[in-house]
Amino acid sequence: MTVGMKVGIVRFPGSNCDADVYRAVTEGLGESATYLWHKSTDLEGVDVVVLPGGFSYGDYLRAGAIARFSPIMGEVIDFARSGGLTLGICNGFQVLCEAHLLPGALVRNRNLRFRCHDVGLRVENAGTPFTSAYAEGDLLHIPIAHGEGQFVGEASTLDELEAEDRVVLRYVARRGRATDAANPNGSARNIAGIVNAEGNILGLMPHPERHSLSVLGNTDGLGVFQSLLAAVAGGRGRRSDPAPPEAAEFAAGAVAGAGVSS
Amino acid sequence: MSRVWSVDVRVTPREGILDPAGETIRRALGNLGYEGVHSVRAGRLIRLEVEADGAEAARASTEKMCEQLIANPIIEDYVVRVREG
Repeated sequence: MTVGMKVGIVRFPGSNCDADVYRAVTEGLGESATYLWHKSTDLEGVDVVVLPGGFSYGDYLRAGAIARFSPIMGEVIDFARSGGLTLGICNGFQVLCEAHLLPGALVRNRNLRFRCHDVGLRVENAGTPFTSAYAEGDLLHIPIAHGEGQFVGEASTLDELEAEDRVVLRYVARRGRATDAANPNGSARNIAGIVNAEGNILGLMPHPERHSLSVLGNTDGLGVFQSLLAAVAGGRGRRSDPAPPEAAEFAAGAVAGAGVSS
Repeated sequence: MSRVWSVDVRVTPREGILDPAGETIRRALGNLGYEGVHSVRAGRLIRLEVEADGAEAARASTEKMCEQLIANPIIEDYVVRVREG
């Protein structure tokens, strides 16, 4: 039985993790997903918007800086600002920061290397619509693949993030300690993922979609998508288009489990 | 009268932002025997040809571009210079 969640995955020129997210949603959850072209200005009524990983516009100027002004981003920004569930993974996180939907910025890795391997992560806040399937303190193994993932921000910004419990994921060593050695890119305070103050926008550098199916050898990342599903089923977030009355009724039936399948 | 102005924008990492590229250059210089290089900051130069009614208008317009796109004020500083001639 499906909830009837519809996930929109934005495709910029240079996005390359869009299909992985599609599989995580359709095969991992059995829900529906659709691609949203960067030149479109229609979010097609999706419940969740995902900005996937990749190298939008070749990472020219700064990673995410050009994509941030794509035609679809106007709609994405309106959607996110009005409470729509918005997930930015890797390059998507960079785009969210450039669009000022999340604070701080992502700069070149401290060691200048492109890092592509699994990292240890600790769930710092399991109370978000992106992490409710986990428990606080859970340790996850999820891959990273980036050259510009060092999260930086003013000390006051970092303090605010910590005080408001908005650091959702942190890079940690095997036993869960946020050591310098476990920090793959030099991110301030080992920060791997943050949410906005309202909690409906998550940006993270690791790729949960790459560890979301058993065929991939690890499903530690599926929880992010399961959490989103639970949030949508619970009425959290909003549709990207106000649905007409009959469609709203239909959606309510689907949420209640009226046997609608995708 | 409107004409095309050559404008340079110099973008550098803000004070306090770690600059691994600059630091790597500094270390390489040390390895080559250049002692006493205390700091290297690596940025970028962006050269624009901007049509405007005067040097000040060209500068104002470029500064607006910097605020919106060319620089990210969270991590970068920028200097705009309208080149004469």
